[in-house]
Amino acid sequence: MNEWRPAAPLSALRARAEMLEGLRAFFRERGVLEVETPVLSAAALTDPAIESLSTLYRGPGGPADGRLWLHTSPEFPMKRLLAAGSGPIFQVCRVFRDGEAGRRHNPEFSLLEWYRPGLSMEALMAEVEALVRALLAPYRDPGPARRLSWRQAFLDHAGIDPFAADESMLRRRAAALGVAAPEGLSGRDPWLDLLLTAVVEPGLAKEGLVFLYHYPPSQAALARLVRDAEGRRVAERFELYLDGLELANGFHELADAAEQRRRFEAEQARRRASGQEVPPLDERLLAALEAGLPDCCGVALGLDRLLMAALGAECIEQVLAFPIDRA
Amino acid sequence: MASYSTNEFRSGLKIMIDGDPYVIIENEFVKPGKGQAFNRIKIRNLKTGRVIDRTYKSGESVEAADVMDVEMQYLYNDGEFWHFMDPDTYEQVQADKTAVGEAAKWLKEQDLCQLTLWNGEPLSVTPPNFVTLKVTDTDPGLRGDTSSGGSKPATLETGAVVRVPLFIEVDDVLKIDTRTGEYVSRVKE
Repeated sequence: MNEWRPAAPLSALRARAEMLEGLRAFFRERGVLEVETPVLSAAALTDPAIESLSTLYRGPGGPADGRLWLHTSPEFPMKRLLAAGSGPIFQVCRVFRDGEAGRRHNPEFSLLEWYRPGLSMEALMAEVEALVRALLAPYRDPGPARRLSWRQAFLDHAGIDPFAADESMLRRRAAALGVAAPEGLSGRDPWLDLLLTAVVEPGLAKEGLVFLYHYPPSQAALARLVRDAEGRRVAERFELYLDGLELANGFHELADAAEQRRRFEAEQARRRASGQEVPPLDERLLAALEAGLPDCCGVALGLDRLLMAALGAECIEQVLAFPIDRA
Repeated sequence: MASYSTNEFRSGLKIMIDGDPYVIIENEFVKPGKGQAFNRIKIRNLKTGRVIDRTYKSGESVEAADVMDVEMQYLYNDGEFWHFMDPDTYEQVQADKTAVGEAAKWLKEQDLCQLTLWNGEPLSVTPPNFVTLKVTDTDPGLRGDTSSGGSKPATLETGAVVRVPLFIEVDDVLKIDTRTGEYVSRVKE
């Protein structure tokens, strides 16, 4: 019985501690306030691709049925702080996602999330790059970050225009590229996700730091929609990759309460249609948006993955004291 | 029919695909932060040995293959089939040329082998890691020459041919590593 032992070497635990000190110094210097928000919530994310864990609370003050959801990111309460006038804020916390375990996933992991009122998406990407380069500096120089539109990444690595292609074209392209596809995979977005994971991300493996930006409206999540230079409707969303490893996701945050409610309800409908559980939507977030969210950009960065990249770890277990199978 | 969810995927798991039994060699969970989760697996066909890739949506299930590894004693070859017996139940099975494959040249009666059975039928035979076999033919030995580094071919009682040191003679009994097909030592009878 060796399972009491940590999976990560002590050196990785030290590197984690140094990274935490480094990011706190970075934000202190930039006047970004560290905050804490609850792990437990009466509401949960409705995104059909992210499953929340939940638990039961037996004391006073909770929801009538006692059911509380473990946050998948601290986004909603942090936006409530922003609406209440907090100014720029950051948080480091453990977040929880059901079903996600593998070489690059653990069902609980450390997220660094921060919000910058008044900053553009471009300016936030520059700040993400500065932070990542600073935190990686003791270990490696990843070189300057490239900016690549999500569409261009598909053109370059999958040889297809993801805005023009319908589902059958995506299916044929996957077959032509020799991508093993699940039986019965249906919907444009799942096919795009298959191509992303099977060819686009591996195509970024030797590219160092790459920001993908301007996601399709169907993958906007909580980002605003704008028109790109060619007039396409795109989401002001970006993702940072390092050597093909997804590190961070950011938005120009949607502040329109009515539009946010429509998206939540559409997601709930999709969950209902596919037989997934339908968690309650976050009325407190919607009320905060109603009261007024300052124009801001926000981003969440996976610290365990950044640590993997710093230490050259192949597996998330190598940077976690106790991954799920030893928890 | 038993089945496995993608959450149970791990290397070594035996599953049915298109009517054939496969073993999972590699399993990888991949998921964009805000997208569909997949399990990408590399699997080997237990009948043909061919390796292919498959991808499943995470949460899907796949039929389990009724495949197990059992230890059985080799009895004899009737010219077409190799016959094995379970030493506990005395139950016998016969394996054809495809299942026995390369193992044929190491099989000596009474030896315990590892058989992979699918629905009770042998898919493959793995000989013991080490076997002791008698030399039936080799060039005359240089008696006493246990130091010079040369080697020569020797035919063993099962028909296998291995490289052996020059001092080995007909009727010597040798220990052979079946995984590499290499001579290990001479066994004193």
